[in-house]
Amino acid sequence: MAKKIGVYICTSCDIGNRVDIEKVKEFIDDECAPHLIKELPFLCGQEAVETIKQDIAEEELNAVCIAGCSPRVNWDVFDFGPEVFVERANIRELGVWSFKEPEGLPPIEETDLEADHITMLVQDYVKMAVMKLEKIEKPEPEIPEINKTILVLGGGFTGLSAALDAAKAGYDVVVVEKEAELGGFAAKMYKKTPSKYPFTDTEENDINKLIEAVEQNDKIKVLTSATVQKIAGAPGIYEATVKVGEEEQTLNIGAVVLATGWKPYDASKLSHLGYGQIKNVVTNVEFETLAKEGLKRPSDGAPVKSVAFIQCAGQRDPEHLPYCSSICCMVSLKQAQYVRELDENAKAFIFYKDMRTTGIMENYYKAAQDDPGIFLTKAEIEEISQDGDQVVVKVKDTLLGEDLEVKVDMLVLATGIVPTTLEEAKLELECKSQDKQEEEKKEESETCENPLLTKLQEASCLKLQYRQGPTFPDLMLFDGFADSNYICFPYETRRTGIYAAGCVRQPMGMVTAKEDATGAALKAIQCIESANRGVAVHPRSGDMSYPKFNFVRCTQCKRCTEECPFGALDDDEKGTPKPNPTRCRRCGTCMGACPERVISFDNYSITMVNDMITSIQVPEYAEDGGYRILVLCCENDAYPALDMAAMRGKKWSSYVRFIPVRCLGSVNTQWIAEAMSKGIDGVLLLGCKYGEDYQCHFVKGSELCNRRMENVAETLSRLQVEAERVKQVQVSIDEYDKVPEIIDKFVEEIEGFGANPYKGF
Amino acid sequence: MSNSILVLGGGFSGLTAALEAAEVGYEVFIVEKQPYLGGRVAQLNKYFPKLCPPTCGLEINFQRVKKNPKVKYFTLAEVSKISGGPGNYEVTVKIKPRFVNNNCTACNKCVEVCPVERDCEFDFGLGKTKAIYKPHTMAMPMQYVIDSEVCTGTSCAKCVSACEYKAIDLEDKEKEVVLNVGSIVVATGWKPYDLANLTNLGAGQIKNAISNMQMERLAAPNGPTGGKIVRPSDGKEPQRIAFVQCAGSRDQNHLNYCSYICCMASFKQCTYIREQYPDAEIVIYYIDLRAPGRYEKFLNKVQADEKVKMVKGKVAKLEEDSEGNVIVTAEDIIAGVKKEETYDLVVLATGMQPSLDGVELPLDAEIKEGFVVGGEDKGIFAAGCAKMPLDVMTSAETATGAALKAIQTLVRR
Repeated sequence: MAKKIGVYICTSCDIGNRVDIEKVKEFIDDECAPHLIKELPFLCGQEAVETIKQDIAEEELNAVCIAGCSPRVNWDVFDFGPEVFVERANIRELGVWSFKEPEGLPPIEETDLEADHITMLVQDYVKMAVMKLEKIEKPEPEIPEINKTILVLGGGFTGLSAALDAAKAGYDVVVVEKEAELGGFAAKMYKKTPSKYPFTDTEENDINKLIEAVEQNDKIKVLTSATVQKIAGAPGIYEATVKVGEEEQTLNIGAVVLATGWKPYDASKLSHLGYGQIKNVVTNVEFETLAKEGLKRPSDGAPVKSVAFIQCAGQRDPEHLPYCSSICCMVSLKQAQYVRELDENAKAFIFYKDMRTTGIMENYYKAAQDDPGIFLTKAEIEEISQDGDQVVVKVKDTLLGEDLEVKVDMLVLATGIVPTTLEEAKLELECKSQDKQEEEKKEESETCENPLLTKLQEASCLKLQYRQGPTFPDLMLFDGFADSNYICFPYETRRTGIYAAGCVRQPMGMVTAKEDATGAALKAIQCIESANRGVAVHPRSGDMSYPKFNFVRCTQCKRCTEECPFGALDDDEKGTPKPNPTRCRRCGTCMGACPERVISFDNYSITMVNDMITSIQVPEYAEDGGYRILVLCCENDAYPALDMAAMRGKKWSSYVRFIPVRCLGSVNTQWIAEAMSKGIDGVLLLGCKYGEDYQCHFVKGSELCNRRMENVAETLSRLQVEAERVKQVQVSIDEYDKVPEIIDKFVEEIEGFGANPYKGF
Repeated sequence: MSNSILVLGGGFSGLTAALEAAEVGYEVFIVEKQPYLGGRVAQLNKYFPKLCPPTCGLEINFQRVKKNPKVKYFTLAEVSKISGGPGNYEVTVKIKPRFVNNNCTACNKCVEVCPVERDCEFDFGLGKTKAIYKPHTMAMPMQYVIDSEVCTGTSCAKCVSACEYKAIDLEDKEKEVVLNVGSIVVATGWKPYDLANLTNLGAGQIKNAISNMQMERLAAPNGPTGGKIVRPSDGKEPQRIAFVQCAGSRDQNHLNYCSYICCMASFKQCTYIREQYPDAEIVIYYIDLRAPGRYEKFLNKVQADEKVKMVKGKVAKLEEDSEGNVIVTAEDIIAGVKKEETYDLVVLATGMQPSLDGVELPLDAEIKEGFVVGGEDKGIFAAGCAKMPLDVMTSAETATGAALKAIQTLVRR
């Protein structure tokens, strides 16, 4: 679309009195010839905004460049409707406020430079914005026909809760449960821990009410003795194949809630605690069943008068489960009451490392402490042995200050929970390390069947038909749980449209699982509605743009399909990528990966950024005008950090020019080549932390960028240019006081190398 | 009948509930008492266990708010009246004067001329601001505000003349808006338990016995010391530090319940100290080490630090010596001894008290110990720490769930 651009330069907030605005206008007019250029005081004020509106109407402008403060300030002021593109040139924070007069350069009059340093800097930013406007197009998504049914995998407490909540909001739901009956572990329980204020009382198990509500809801279809065979497609257009009994069904699905729950930790590994050795030693799961059936001593059916509980039987133990299972303290307190209700003289002993009745659940612990028949102490287990039908528990380091030995009818091991995704998580990791080894060996492995992959496919709860594999990647980061790595965004997922809830996501009790189920149901609904509007989900919520592929030039190198952090791309037999826009999160990692530069967004592309880079005026002689350094910075974290640094009065080298990017993952090495070939002396990439505790909002973006930089370094060396001229630094959003130092240090390093040898060519 | 949702509180839970509902397609109004969105997490230095900055997630959420016309928010606002019922509530919101209007460009000229200083409540009294101030580095909205209690008003008006943009109106008045909503999410959050109540622990009078939230501000790069952890009394670098767990929590004289976050918060703060003082000695006095779920790994990491000692025992008493050091009298239950130890700095792991504790809200929902425990049948849903003590992650879960419940109320009608 042809652009009629209006450029507006704010002269307030110190801009007008420090910048030669006339020279900026002249420069922009010469270089870009926009339809009009105006300077206005107090550009965000009503009067100026009215002027812009009037110009838009009278001059029929369809694009406006606002050169003034950061787009993070006064973001709502410059909205001229959906037909007018607006681009902000941040000449306040990244311009005059952070400007530091360069040292050691001759006065401007003695050089060939046409403007002073601060004016040149502003010229560059305004030109970049105008060039961006020239290239920008309005994204118009093609929206497929969306199916709004939600598939809930798992008919336990969490799955049923999610199903009911989605149905109550008006959505159709299919519940797939592998057992013949609904209810999962909740149905096996005798009673349940408190679910309501004051959280002091054990409650009757009312799972049947929930099952009934689900079965009677006409929006919910329940499939029992059913397993998922495969899930193909993308959010809004999934096709799930489910085997019910011997019959296969195909379901059209919009989004998925994964609520496949947990398995008890394999107690046979706990023989040191008597399990499998002593008959009256059982797990907490077994104890629940025994209590439901009427508690009797397993060895001889005698009445149970005393029971000891050992907490953390396997948990918080690197040999078994490294994590705490969150629920076992509560469960043992409940089970202690089972013992107490049998006989008023019955005794329960709970030996713990730490009593973890967190938050309001402390009330339940307090109530138990009031019962003289329940004895609770911190203790280290010394020995478990047998004395006839009784179990002898020897402990030390107790709160009584002495070692203790109790003889009980039964010993309950408070074993922990293992997510149903653990097996596939382990296999996925194995597959990955195998791939890596083969890559190192440079062997072609594609033709032969990979038995590991087959195993992974079978073990997977989701059985996704995705190019990147059937499951969530990297779950071993979370000990096999299908969890999010973000504190702020617990439902962040590497597979858009699939949201985990309950104990498959984290160890949790029923109160939390109920909330979690509702939360995951909302995310499933939100994903469907977003797909239906053609927009992205978090973190670029509402973004209409999507990657477009120029397949003519595609060489089927598969980088994009392999690198997408969300597995959005599939491919055909030849390796041509198949985009799935509803899976896509619009980070641009594919665009960054593509060596042929065939991927672009309507409002974000390689050529657009190339044009912005070319906008930077590079002084022919560094000794006159100084160096030029391009900083490509993550718009989510590094950019706000820079903004805040400027607001806090920090200054940095005036040699740098910033271009915000969606994610460092979207950085194509072409941009670096472009910068270097234009004589820019160095390129700094500021992005998020990567590694295990990654902070990148697109999971892998900054990490992938870093990997690409290895290739860049190689290329530079080949060109006899110092590889260190391109550098990636990890920056957090709160490092606003450090980021100026990072920049200045890099500038110093570049000064050490001297000017880019390709300058002027 | 209304298809809109009211969210009380613009902290992390409120923002999450509002955004999650708005991104499904519903109109949402956030009513926030403070002059900024972000709530408690804006005051934190880092999150456990990732040690990542809370502003990172806040920025994303602010971007989501900025880009979504379905989210509307009011700061300095409180609900004064609610009438009607589920599906059709009429809510009256009182908006306190900010004295700074939308013309503000955040240029800071007003602050430069303001002659009045005040204690910064954002920094829990550890720092100062002027009477006109920016609430914090990443305030949303990015707009200054005047504390009318300390501002000398029209007789001074130096800020008014300094402002080129006519952004300051010292005559600004309280406003009222009436909203029509179908359901309500209560995400009013929490406040730190008042140290003054902890008489055996110095009642907040011992300068170098600070609260865990004060520790967050000391460690934060935008805090009163620029992130340097020093003693408030004399700026000395602490070498011996004690953490007193359950300061007010799990205590029938104060808060009955466990505040969920304090163990993890103290472990996290150990890492702050270690980063700045490689040789500092740290002792944590605790009842139980509560690192639920996968947080256990973080506990392990802190336990691996040889200079961090964890002592099971409740602290009986804190006293101050003549040099400003803090004398801790505590029991070591396992060793069976009671001892006095002297520290340079003591951090009280004070608990969270729901903001609604002792506060009258015109809300038809049952409140116990300050927590909202009812109201669901009336289309009122609690999220985050208004519901129960929770960490950030779990708060976000409850907030996402509350968004769906609020939507269900609208759909059913």
